[in-house]
Amino acid sequence: MNQSQHEQDQATQAVDEHRRNFIGASAALAGLTVAPGVVVYGLAQAKPEAEPVTNKVRWGMLIDSSKCADGCTDCVSACHTENGVQSGPLETDPHWIRKVELKDMRTGRQQSLPVPCQHCEEPPCVDVCPTGASFKRADGIVLVDRHICIGCRYCMMACPYKARSFIHETLTDQNPDVPRGKGCVESCTLCVHRVDQGQKPACVEACTKAGHEAILFGDLNDPNSEIAKRIATKATVQLRADLALNPGIRYEGF
Amino acid sequence: MVAVLCLSIAYAASSTAPKAGPTIVIDKARAGEHCVEDTAFMRKNHMKLLMHQRDETMHKGIRTEKHSLKKCVICHASAKDERVVGSDEHFCQSCHTYAAVKLDCWECHATKAKPAQAAAATTLPAAAVGGEKK
Repeated sequence: MNQSQHEQDQATQAVDEHRRNFIGASAALAGLTVAPGVVVYGLAQAKPEAEPVTNKVRWGMLIDSSKCADGCTDCVSACHTENGVQSGPLETDPHWIRKVELKDMRTGRQQSLPVPCQHCEEPPCVDVCPTGASFKRADGIVLVDRHICIGCRYCMMACPYKARSFIHETLTDQNPDVPRGKGCVESCTLCVHRVDQGQKPACVEACTKAGHEAILFGDLNDPNSEIAKRIATKATVQLRADLALNPGIRYEGF
Repeated sequence: MVAVLCLSIAYAASSTAPKAGPTIVIDKARAGEHCVEDTAFMRKNHMKLLMHQRDETMHKGIRTEKHSLKKCVICHASAKDERVVGSDEHFCQSCHTYAAVKLDCWECHATKAKPAQAAAATTLPAAAVGGEKK
């Protein structure tokens, strides 16, 4: 072995050692970053903002129609204020949540219930979307990616709950947390911008504030959450359960 | 007479001198001494960062502030009307007009920060400073 070869070998060895150390260090770092992902966050604790949502959580609501007061529209107005939706009587006006009045014609019993997007496990709006703009987030929230939406409105036809609206007019002064614009389909986002920060949707807060407490929000996958306990012990229904879409919104008190 | 002539020539020369690039309006009334990344990098790549962050936020719920469009608005809004677009005196529009690139963001996104966030970003009273060109 001549001198230059020896020097070259020494240099290679030095590089190898450096690589080994580097790989060791990165493996340790990866171990650290993987560990926090295992933690399941409850509602009280907001998800760390740099971490993606996971399917360990499935957000849902339980709406008690017997507690929902007749004529009260606090949830609707809170939703529209929060999301900057100017709703009106026109058919083309957007609505993210509707109050539906039901009447049993034989007995005359009346009841009302709010109907937002049902956040289905098998959303038909996602099935039909030609561009992939309609999608379901890992935590079960069904959304429209307005960057991709072309405004074809196929999802509006596919939705059995009439949950979606189309924006016909140019908008200004939107809520910075809720971008909205002409030419896109939109619907209830389950106040995703609030949920990501550990808050409850605006309608839930408004209903509690009004003293009705008809809407319970929580994680359906967490057996210790109040909503999971309630649906495990009480009779609840899903709207159009025959379609087998498994909505995340459930109703009780019928 | 000669002095007046010289002055007028100098004025004419300065007004006809070609600009080296766009006049990007940055309001000094806003907090922060530098952008979230290096200025030269941001000039070339801000759209890539925004595009990446948009998908992270929309699909994964990652709401870090650093590369978010909301953060752009908070720092770069004009102290006069707290917007980033509206005229060529506003931050985004001042360069996009020069580059002839259409701004799509603001068809849906708010051009104004929430009042609380905007107030937190302002270090000096808006009236005392006004717009300043860089």
